[in-house]
Amino acid sequence: MKFRSVLRMTTAAVMFGLVSIIPPAYAETPADTLIMANAIDGVTSFDPAEVFEFVGGEISNNVYLRLIVRDETNFAEVAGGVAESWEVSQDGLTFTFKIRDGLTFASGAAVTAEDAAFSLQRVVKLGKSPAFILTQFGWSAENVEENVRAIDARTLELKISQPFAPTLVLNALSAGVGAVVEKAVVLANEKDGDLGHDWLRSNSAGAGAFVLRAWQPNEAIVLESNDNFYRGAPKLKRIVYRHVPEATAQRLMLERGDVDMARALGAEQLDALESNPDIKIDIAQKATVLYLGLNEKVPELADPKVQEAIRLLVDYQGIAGTILKRQYQVHQSVLAKGGFAALEEQPHARDVEKAKALLAEAGFSKGFNLELDVFAAAPFRDVGEALQANFAEAGINVSLVASDRRQTLTKYRARNHQAVLMVWSPDYGDPHSTIDFFLTNPDNSDEGKAKTAAWRNAWFDAELKGLADAAILESDSAARKEMYTRLQQSLQTDSPFVVMFQQTEPVAMRNNVENWVSGPAFDTYVFHGITK
Amino acid sequence: MSMQPAIDGTEREGSRALASRATAAGWFAVSLVLTLLGLILVTFLIARVVPIDPVLVMVGDRATPEAYEQARRSMGLDNPLYWQFLEYVGSVAIGDLGQSVMTGREVLADTMRAFPATLELALAATLIGSLLGVPAGVLAAVRRGRLSDHVVRLVSLIGYSLPVFWLGLVALLVFYARLGWVAGPGRIDIAYQYSVPAMTGFVMLDALLAGEWAAAGNALSHLILPASILGYVSMAFIARMTRSLMIEQLSQEYVLAARAKGLPARTVIWRHAFGNVLVQVITVITLTFAYLLEGAVLTETVFAWPGLGLYITQALFSADLNAVLGGTLVIGVCFVLINRGVELLYRIFDPRIR
Repeated sequence: MKFRSVLRMTTAAVMFGLVSIIPPAYAETPADTLIMANAIDGVTSFDPAEVFEFVGGEISNNVYLRLIVRDETNFAEVAGGVAESWEVSQDGLTFTFKIRDGLTFASGAAVTAEDAAFSLQRVVKLGKSPAFILTQFGWSAENVEENVRAIDARTLELKISQPFAPTLVLNALSAGVGAVVEKAVVLANEKDGDLGHDWLRSNSAGAGAFVLRAWQPNEAIVLESNDNFYRGAPKLKRIVYRHVPEATAQRLMLERGDVDMARALGAEQLDALESNPDIKIDIAQKATVLYLGLNEKVPELADPKVQEAIRLLVDYQGIAGTILKRQYQVHQSVLAKGGFAALEEQPHARDVEKAKALLAEAGFSKGFNLELDVFAAAPFRDVGEALQANFAEAGINVSLVASDRRQTLTKYRARNHQAVLMVWSPDYGDPHSTIDFFLTNPDNSDEGKAKTAAWRNAWFDAELKGLADAAILESDSAARKEMYTRLQQSLQTDSPFVVMFQQTEPVAMRNNVENWVSGPAFDTYVFHGITK
Repeated sequence: MSMQPAIDGTEREGSRALASRATAAGWFAVSLVLTLLGLILVTFLIARVVPIDPVLVMVGDRATPEAYEQARRSMGLDNPLYWQFLEYVGSVAIGDLGQSVMTGREVLADTMRAFPATLELALAATLIGSLLGVPAGVLAAVRRGRLSDHVVRLVSLIGYSLPVFWLGLVALLVFYARLGWVAGPGRIDIAYQYSVPAMTGFVMLDALLAGEWAAAGNALSHLILPASILGYVSMAFIARMTRSLMIEQLSQEYVLAARAKGLPARTVIWRHAFGNVLVQVITVITLTFAYLLEGAVLTETVFAWPGLGLYITQALFSADLNAVLGGTLVIGVCFVLINRGVELLYRIFDPRIR
């Protein structure tokens, strides 16, 4: 018996010993490293000629310096990036850029006009998703070399096919496709004439504040500071993304101090974090809008009175205050607040009686049945349910079709929906990006190739399209602004689009994190000045 | 099978046994290939039926119709379905699972990178599950109807019925967030992530091989929670099965006879009764292990554990069909091999099955 109890005690001691040599969870991240918990499964490439998704976009913005950048103090304006200054010719067809003096890549080599020309040519030649941002200026794989040229080491010349508004051109160049890559390094890694595409998918060759150090799909992305950055070395040595898909786990890691920042939290987690004195929640306005698309192939929905009635049935304030708290604000125009020419008025408010009267006038006093497609994820599904309740009050019986994001998109792109709850985020910082998507519809047959929102909802307005076409050629900024105001007003009252909300992005972080800059777009984050 | 010892025909008997063994091996190979073909066919068809356009995933939302058509052709989607299937089988046969849209890398390389993480977790969980489950099952059977039996059954029942991701979240909340005893989600802390050179792909082993003790401890600390959760679940299963197998044995006449002969209880229980169910217990453990390989999806998500389960889930969400097909295939192959392995085990340990 004695032997047994000794054995037991020894076992207990050994077990205790084993437990105590396991180091405790580290409650602090390294002082020179910012660690973010985020879902990084959307990342497929870091090649700036291809990147067109959220995390990839924001990393591209910090790893590459673009020809033109958005002004961090006022994101509606552009500023010089690789280009220090620029001139537009009298006829508006030639842009001449002066490359910033003394600018170097992370490798230490000087940035030349040749690098800039090569980078733009490369985007056009590769023809990936975002290439249309440049090809709209009349550039193609065949003619881009003569239209985009380096005159000398510090002068870049661009020739465009029509006298587009200079702000449109500059804004387009401030998109990810305007990133300047180091020609020599990229070509040294070329494979089968791919212009270094395969290599750039997981490596970087830029002049941005950071360098892409490592990418483990679904695990981590590591950025390291570029001490050669022209605005001075970043304050932090490293920025690390940790892939944590589960929101509750993100919250726990943030509260434990294992990460400095949690980027993909749900409403519940944010509510819980609000009372934690060590955590602060930053809310940034983004350019994404949430809208209803009403397919005019459905006879009921093609009636302007029905469209107007639907606008009056939405409980804008109620939904924004509850379901969309912290995530969206009421906004009723396609152009998001904070950008050039955005219309901030909110002409529509809930008025059920007036909506009923309009429906009766349109011959639907008993209402009708409607299928509404939504993403199956939060908060879209909940918004769909709220709209269902709102519309029911006037007899519109909504059946919700909640599916996976890709499925909903595929259905919408084939215009097989009746009504759809959808988000839109501009591809670059000019109103044309958005207006083009909502207005252009050159072929309204089912075979139409331009899968814009106008085509998807079987709608076309020649007069508005004419105004939009004039707006991209208007070089007087005030006049151009006036044109976009008129376009937005028309879209607000006479279109199959019901814009309801604008996104805000809540990010929870430890109290010591400072200078987090989010910006309006998916790729406007600036990590250069972050401290902790 | 002749039970008569061969006196005059030893040689002939030997060659016959050899021949029958060769046929058995042949059948084994054929059925393995057929099973895998069936597996490929099913996964392939499911991937083609999904209402998702793989070309769209590849070229993006704003690509021109020409680029779309070109991508469709280059992916071979303009060929008839049976041709696509044959092509797929052909490339799988030479170890080419295609490229992942999600990561831009070879699916085979991706899965081989993710597989050790899953294997590590499944092995640790099976180890915990069998070290606790087998004794608990034997104990419950021996003390059938008494307190310890009820405790074992209750504990297994809970492990059996609670959703594993919920258990995972609660465990994270208690042992990681509140108490801080173990490390949280992920496989290793960021501070160590790039200090351990990858050799085997098993982070802890790699750290030990490199002599990075702190990193190995950290990896262990990360492993404990998910392995314990999965270990608990498999313990529940193993304990239940062991209990019922043992109860059956303990009621056999030979056990009564052995007891009557006055053999010590320990010898009767462990050598006689348990010895007779050993092969079945090993089967249960192996099947638990196979189940853990494919069933750890939710646990991997909750713990951000970068294994195959997480890989396939994310491939599904990003409509990355090559990756889904490849990942499913790898797990399917493991499943088939493990099942066949169990059959072999029977042949080796249990001479009655021939």
